[in-house]
Amino acid sequence: MAVLNEWAFIGVFFAVAWVFPFAPIFLARLVAPRKPNPIKQSTYECGVETVGDTWVQFKVQYYIYGLIFLVFDVEMIFLFPWAVAYRELDFFAFAAGFLFIFLLADALIYAWRKDALEWV
Amino acid sequence: MPELECAFPQVVNNLAPCLAQGGMNADLANFISILLGVVLIAALPLATLLILLVVERKVAARVQDRIGPNRVGPYGLLQSIPDALKMMTKEDITPAGADVFIYNLAPIIAFASVVLLWAVIPFTPLHIGADLSIGALYLIAVASIGTVKIMVAGWSSNNKYALLGAFRTIAQLLSYEVPLVLALLIPVMIAGTMSMQGLVEAQRGMWFFFMAPVAAIMFFIANQAETGRAPFDLLEAESEIIAGYNIEYSGFKWGMFMAGEFMHAFTASVIFAVIFLGGWIGPGTDQLPILGFVYLGAKTVVVYIFGLVLRSTVPRVRIDQLMSFNWKFLVPLAIINVLVTALLLQVVNWLGIAPQGDAASDLIANLPQTVVLLLGNLGVMGTVSTLVRNMGRQQRLADEAVEADTEVEELAHAAAH
Repeated sequence: MAVLNEWAFIGVFFAVAWVFPFAPIFLARLVAPRKPNPIKQSTYECGVETVGDTWVQFKVQYYIYGLIFLVFDVEMIFLFPWAVAYRELDFFAFAAGFLFIFLLADALIYAWRKDALEWV
Repeated sequence: MPELECAFPQVVNNLAPCLAQGGMNADLANFISILLGVVLIAALPLATLLILLVVERKVAARVQDRIGPNRVGPYGLLQSIPDALKMMTKEDITPAGADVFIYNLAPIIAFASVVLLWAVIPFTPLHIGADLSIGALYLIAVASIGTVKIMVAGWSSNNKYALLGAFRTIAQLLSYEVPLVLALLIPVMIAGTMSMQGLVEAQRGMWFFFMAPVAAIMFFIANQAETGRAPFDLLEAESEIIAGYNIEYSGFKWGMFMAGEFMHAFTASVIFAVIFLGGWIGPGTDQLPILGFVYLGAKTVVVYIFGLVLRSTVPRVRIDQLMSFNWKFLVPLAIINVLVTALLLQVVNWLGIAPQGDAASDLIANLPQTVVLLLGNLGVMGTVSTLVRNMGRQQRLADEAVEADTEVEELAHAAAH
């Protein structure tokens, strides 16, 4: 019951956390003036008219960082259970962790040597 | 069932049983107590926000030899209230061609993602929103929602500057999450638990800041980047991309982004204080738990003011420097740090100097393992700084050689004519 209560708290917190920012925005909608016109709503580019579509293909570099991050993020999550139990484990746990982190670092070294980390 | 004492001070901690004793449905009583707790904790960052905005501007002003806000209220402390009222009355512009639903959703995500962090922060030995057994993991998970708000805001605004700002910000936030999480791994490893209350309890004898200074400093730097503070404030590089991902927002929606950002910086300081500076630990918290609130506040303010001064004194870095610093320095260092700490903990185990049972909350009993860990950390710091200095020297020499070469060529070229 106690464990369930904790998660019930998080559940209610999720709901309330969304209401908190919504309330003032909704209130502002009632108070603030609304006089839209095409010039006001045009894209803001310091007075210059915008050329072409905004949603274009973007730099490939961002994908590469995204991919490297994904490798790390997934592997880091696996390290947490290891870290929690670590103090009760023997030297074998260190060896296993070392091997795992070495594989993780290996990916980084590979990306580094392939110049994936250079900002071009 | 024993009679509970339901007078004022006790009722705060036993609201649900007290209500049930008064004849209310047990589930309803439970729900009401949870809801009250949630509203109280969620209101806390909002209340601090009103003061934060003034403190932020005051500190920045002092560093830049200005006075800062000083008109509304004593020392300008009430400045946030007219600011909020003004934002309330500003027209809310939705740009043509914006993806309206997610455009409106982004500011709400921005604010909610920060408020959610407060659910697992332990204020005193007794007062914590929810002491999840995976508190540390919850922190990481919720902090990542912050990345979504930027993508959503930048993409839906239909503005090239917003999109450009969003891209580089996401690259920054994703990258700095790696050292952040790897630094958080160290306290989890030492304490052997992911529960936030457990992490604080484990620091009774010695703060983790002294056991793992490398992780602490890394955590601070990564947090500074995650919250978009200088020198990592590329997400609002006014001179390059006007304002970044929130350029098309106005009125209170823009205010929500700003409020979320200020609150995130403060929340990051709270988390740092909890995980590395012992949270509510201090003399007398066992007798009078509410004192913990004061200790946590004091520690947080120290970290926060340090961040503010740092923010107002250092210049912004370039995007390639930012990414290189993370992937070529912080991440390798974080990995090495995890391995070194793992090895040191094995050494501590092997020497048998880890405090057992009740001794864990004793300063003297903690000293041996602290000395081992601290020495290891200092070793890492020394090695890394020597390596970096040598590499910098080689780089400088190489640059100078290239410069000298070009100069000689230019002279030869000039002589030939």
